[in-house]
Amino acid sequence: MRRESFLRRLLTTHIPVALVVLLAIGPFGWMILTSLTPSEAIVARGVSFSPEGWGADNYVRLLAHTDFLGNMGHSLIVALGTVVLGLVVSVTAAYSFSRFRFFGRRVLMLQFLLVNMFPVVLLILPLFTLMRRLGLLDTHLALIVANATVAIPFAVWMLTSYIGAIPKSLDEAAMIDGCSRLQALRRVVLPLALPGIISTGIYIFITSWNEYLYALTLGGRNVRTVTVAIQTLIGEYQIEWGLLAAGGVVGALPVTILFLIVQRRLVGGLTQGAVKG
Amino acid sequence: MSSINDALALEAPRRRKRSRRSGLLPYALLTPAVVVVLIIVFAPMVEALVTSFYEYVLFRPNAAKFVGLDNFVTLFNDPVFWTSLWQTALWIGLTVPLQMGLGLVAALLLNKEFAWRGIARALVIIPWALPSVVIALMWRWIYDPNIGILNDLLLRLDIIRAAIPWLADPDVALYAIIATLTWQGFPFFAVMILAGLQGIPKSQYEAASIDGASAWRQFRHITLPGIAPILATAGLLRTIWVANSIDVIFVMTGGGPGYSTYTLPLFAFVKARQNLDFGYGSAIAVTFTVILGAIVAVYIARTMREVER
Repeated sequence: MRRESFLRRLLTTHIPVALVVLLAIGPFGWMILTSLTPSEAIVARGVSFSPEGWGADNYVRLLAHTDFLGNMGHSLIVALGTVVLGLVVSVTAAYSFSRFRFFGRRVLMLQFLLVNMFPVVLLILPLFTLMRRLGLLDTHLALIVANATVAIPFAVWMLTSYIGAIPKSLDEAAMIDGCSRLQALRRVVLPLALPGIISTGIYIFITSWNEYLYALTLGGRNVRTVTVAIQTLIGEYQIEWGLLAAGGVVGALPVTILFLIVQRRLVGGLTQGAVKG
Repeated sequence: MSSINDALALEAPRRRKRSRRSGLLPYALLTPAVVVVLIIVFAPMVEALVTSFYEYVLFRPNAAKFVGLDNFVTLFNDPVFWTSLWQTALWIGLTVPLQMGLGLVAALLLNKEFAWRGIARALVIIPWALPSVVIALMWRWIYDPNIGILNDLLLRLDIIRAAIPWLADPDVALYAIIATLTWQGFPFFAVMILAGLQGIPKSQYEAASIDGASAWRQFRHITLPGIAPILATAGLLRTIWVANSIDVIFVMTGGGPGYSTYTLPLFAFVKARQNLDFGYGSAIAVTFTVILGAIVAVYIARTMREVER
């Protein structure tokens, strides 16, 4: 009886779940295997499944012969810059939306939602001409501003939902105790919203790190982020899959780990509106 | 320092009263975000709209001239536009339901109770976290006609007789990319639906199974209605996202072979990037935005109903 029920669970739960998990991580796992197999071996024998055929070849070449670490530095500057710009202007806006009912609130909230939906292509062309006119092409600032077009509306919405979850009675109590509105925001609401602010910041970091089209269009020789650099790893005469895979693994790993850390909290924030809808 | 604080504290009630009366504080708090968004989003968008009425090629900056609706007339007579439009519809129409279906299956499985549920949930999310460029290159490698693993597997399993050039065959390429995007996007649905499933009270299932309802009937009459709002919201969000996403296509095929993987936004991007034809590119982008706007309107109407709670 117990055996049968175990068999049943195996067939209805464990095996199907394992298949879904395999589907989700298989391609990335394949890339890790590819990155571990030296390039010549890939051409000659294919990707190696056993540790005997593995080597750090591709990683050594990646770090020693390309400027990949420099590219990661550029990505880091751009992503951190976007996080700072995105959060600084969004926190007070989110507080305003969640605590006050005022004329124009609806329209202003709508504006931020609308911005989030606009096609990147519609923005990318005018942003390019704008940056060219200002002489900002190929600078970190250009990429930070471009990424902020996505980050600010997102942060405003996420933070509005996080701050909205903090009871209003707390800021009222603080104000009865003599705080002004802004002091209540700084001393009571901000510390409580900190987990939400951090996960919003991490999500902005991840999307800015992963961003490609703006980096390709507005970046250049001086500011080349990881996503653009990975593509240049493709060899000149034939595609160097091993090197490319190593670049993909190194470029994706930091954000993948970050994502796994914040996913639970983030999902809470993202789904809050949808669940109630 | 403390005296300053005391002074502020004494003043606070008065200030609060004043700010409530004048009601300027909410606007002041909003100003930075609104101003920045006006400058970096709305102003460029207006410029895109204006540019779409100009003949404007980037390497001839002084030759920009107003041509009215010429760009749009050219566009509607351009067979590539109609090809791209049809492929955009196909792209959205296949990708979103596939993502949703696969996401639903994954969510239902991950909602069961088993020992390694936590780790399974974390692993399934990985495609969502990866950069699009990495995903695109990874799948190009998987689809490689000569030494790619997909052909290798299918040949070994005797499913196909000869290697298929997935991304080089105009009849297959778009579907190959749709498969990639389905893979990239299904974790989003899985996570959203999972959150919805957890909101359905267990007692409903218990009551149903006491009444002898089959698993299928329980799914049909309890689960589906329970997650319907999430499916609608996530579906709309994803439609917008899929419609806009051109990075994966751009890296995988660049729109080729021929025009077989062009979607409207990609068409606009390639026109501007390769031909530096910003006038025509903007016209395509504006047209696409108007079409997408219809979908966006539905989404916003839904969300604003929520906000007005």
